[in-house]
Amino acid sequence: MSDVSPRLKQLAVERFGDRAATLGPDDDLFDSLGIDSLQALDLLTDIEEAFDVEIPDYEVSGVTTLGGLAEVIGRHR
Amino acid sequence: MKHVVTMAVGGYDSLPELLVDALRRHPSATLLVEAKRKQEVGRRTAAQILREARAFAAYLQSLGVDPGDRVALLMGNQSRWPISALGVFLAGGVLVPLDYKLSGPEQAALLAHAKPKAAVLDYAEWRKHEGFEVPVVLVNEAPAEAELGEGLRWEDHAEGEVPRPVVLPSRDDLATIVYSSGTGGRAKGCMLTHGAYLSQLDALLERFPMAPGDRYFSILPSNHAIDFMVGFVGPFVCGATVVHQRTLRPELIRWTMRRYAITHMSVVPLILEAFERTVREKLDELSGWRRGAFEALRATNAKLTERGPRPAVSRRLLAPVHDAFGGALKLLICGGAATDRATAEFFYDLGIPVVIGYGLTEACTVVSVHGLEPWRADGVGRIVPGVEVRIHEPDGHGVGEVCVAGPTVMTGYVDDPEQTAEVLRDGWLHTGDLGYLDASHHLHLVGRIKDVIVTPGGKNVYPEDVAFAFREVDVEELAVFAANTVWPERALGKDQLVLVVRPVEGVDPTPALARANRQLAEHQRVSGWLAWGEDFPRTASMKLKRKALVEQVGAGSTRDDLRSVG
Repeated sequence: MSDVSPRLKQLAVERFGDRAATLGPDDDLFDSLGIDSLQALDLLTDIEEAFDVEIPDYEVSGVTTLGGLAEVIGRHR
Repeated sequence: MKHVVTMAVGGYDSLPELLVDALRRHPSATLLVEAKRKQEVGRRTAAQILREARAFAAYLQSLGVDPGDRVALLMGNQSRWPISALGVFLAGGVLVPLDYKLSGPEQAALLAHAKPKAAVLDYAEWRKHEGFEVPVVLVNEAPAEAELGEGLRWEDHAEGEVPRPVVLPSRDDLATIVYSSGTGGRAKGCMLTHGAYLSQLDALLERFPMAPGDRYFSILPSNHAIDFMVGFVGPFVCGATVVHQRTLRPELIRWTMRRYAITHMSVVPLILEAFERTVREKLDELSGWRRGAFEALRATNAKLTERGPRPAVSRRLLAPVHDAFGGALKLLICGGAATDRATAEFFYDLGIPVVIGYGLTEACTVVSVHGLEPWRADGVGRIVPGVEVRIHEPDGHGVGEVCVAGPTVMTGYVDDPEQTAEVLRDGWLHTGDLGYLDASHHLHLVGRIKDVIVTPGGKNVYPEDVAFAFREVDVEELAVFAANTVWPERALGKDQLVLVVRPVEGVDPTPALARANRQLAEHQRVSGWLAWGEDFPRTASMKLKRKALVEQVGAGSTRDDLRSVG
């Protein structure tokens, strides 16, 4: 998980700007960034490209943190 | 630019009768196209669809599904959704379409409530469940190595089988049971007849005909009343194509629109707003003089389309915007929740008409909808033919509860005479929505009297269901309400849920409330809490008197007293 997290945060910053820079692994993405589920799915597409994985949408339903996303990515690598 | 609809729906008595006839009329028309990410994975003509649906109907029959039996359908948007649905109808079954976006426990509660003879599920949906009470379980696209227990594979039936003939249903027979609320506590299964759908289809096709060559992109869940009608029954009847994309991500939605030159689409306000954001970001990137030129073209377009849409003209004037949406978009249907008028006008000025209407599952699909000539975004449109609307107990301004009657209204909530009696009174469906009719018989909505919120994604959320998430928080008492129930405000689109809490003395419940709130799905979360010092009014059996509490809290506080849940 440790090698995934910094890259993940970088993707969040690229998509949502500097407000994502201070996100902790357990911070709620929706609350902290004020984004909706569609914007979160955009991030998922970025993640797939960056990590060269394919993650079905249903696997991330209920995932709301970078830590949670890192775990899902870990399962696919 | 009107197309002629070649089928008169009026002469049919049931959806299967109509659909089979329609599929036979244009056997070689491509009606279903399916993409998986950026790859096309399937394409089917009407004749193929009919063959597959008949084989599936025979499969259901061989597994013991008899006419009148309920069959639940729990699949993502894909070609096999309408094929399975048609198969259920051809076997004489009653379709129970469920929302694949619900959590496993929510789906389980609805399955337990609907008591279907069979359930047809995607493998991903099947995996959400630990066991099934349903006698027959058919799993779609399970990997070869998957252990399905008692479940059977969708694919395990012979091609070309034909179902044994069944007596086709009549207009008064049940076609579907559609759930209008998400969770078990207050499951509301609307019973809709074949007559309701046929009547509704007649009205919709008259206003918004589709034709061979039109391509509808189905992105709302297919169990949703709008997609069922506009993304399945309507196009099949008209010979238009339905495009499915397995992965509904914003980027892939845009790709699919371009790849298939989509002409029609239904969206919820959440998606419409995302589209607007995309366009605005592109406009912001334009340099000063280019931006000025664009604004001039937009003004010209607005002028030229005052009387009605002129897609070809708009496409030429504002090509870059139209190209971003595939270059062929004729209209967007926006439903499920209140549409922001400014957003709709933004798109119309760009030459993309957004059709605004009002409907609820209890009344099949649509109660009122705006036409295109002239296009309008004020209010929620004219009452559709076959539907009667009356304003119940109007106040001095003509505002009262919107009530609906006619063949499209449900016959009731399944197995729930109590909730049915609450909303169906003297032949009128009481919608719980507040509104008025203007002089030209257009309906306008101004608020809600039901204790419910509707999210921008089109989901109904009932406060009692949400309260469950806070059961372990250390407080004396707690209840959840729609803010609008406590402090009525005549505005739509600002729905939110709030907690009324009687805290334990000396304990700040905020952190625990915030934790519990985060466990809820995003659209179910409360937006604030109110500290209330007095005992909640309760019945002798300690049941909360919600109305009495609302009156006390409403009189003794304002929205400004709300505290953040962190």
